[in-house]
Amino acid sequence: MIALLAQDGAELPDVNVAVNVSFYAIAAVMLFAAIRVVSTRNIVHAALWLVIVLSGMAAQYLLASAEFVAVSQVLVYVGAVMVLFLFGIMLTRAQIGAEGNLNNRNWPLGIPVALLLAGVMGWAIIDFFSDDTLPEPNSGASTQAISDQILSPYLAPFLAVTFVLLAAAIGAIVLARKD
Amino acid sequence: MLAVNFFLLAAVLFCIGVYGVIARRNAVLVLMSVELILNAVNLNLLGFSLYNAESGNVNIDGHVFALFIIAIAAAEVGVGLAMVMLVYRNRRSIALDELSEMRG
Repeated sequence: MIALLAQDGAELPDVNVAVNVSFYAIAAVMLFAAIRVVSTRNIVHAALWLVIVLSGMAAQYLLASAEFVAVSQVLVYVGAVMVLFLFGIMLTRAQIGAEGNLNNRNWPLGIPVALLLAGVMGWAIIDFFSDDTLPEPNSGASTQAISDQILSPYLAPFLAVTFVLLAAAIGAIVLARKD
Repeated sequence: MLAVNFFLLAAVLFCIGVYGVIARRNAVLVLMSVELILNAVNLNLLGFSLYNAESGNVNIDGHVFALFIIAIAAAEVGVGLAMVMLVYRNRRSIALDELSEMRG
């Protein structure tokens, strides 16, 4: 598409080669790791592949100039949620190894559903955005700007999220408590 | 960078997550697939906040929404794993197709 634009003599869009190359490299790793998450026969390996997907996602956030969200992603997902998952695996399974019956009986049904969904969404996205480029931001979104947004226009949802987290923590304790 | 890059990657990750939710039998693996779906949505939000940048200034609303989703996802994993643990304690198994008491 870019080569075609150049041949027409149109203005060459700003293309940052380093950003593009790193995007495709990280995206390839993420896709492979995501497929391994849903296909591996070892549940601990699935958790470790998920770490790669989530870390790659943090790197993509950096490429989208969202530094604060990327750091939050690393702290919350790679730090906290993965530890929670590994605890869940250890507390609910005796053997740590390959297991044959991690899939449903009718798991092949998922493949056409996912392919159909991917086809429809991919067609819609390519049809709508075709050649649009993302602008090169002057600077990343500053943490100050994000805090200004959260603490003034989004204050009510922010407080609601704090109560959701409190309720979730209490609910988790009540559910997992041994009577 | 082309706008379709981010959105296609997010769409494919979303579909992989949907496949995982449908195909997996182990409750913890289903929760992992749900995390894939939520992360794909987050990537979409950040991509759109970049797409809607005006004169080089990134639109912050998408970042705020992404942070909210990260917080909700953390709460969801906590409650979900507590429920999985409760099911495991009662039945010694977390295979989802064996939970059929509510079948009509």
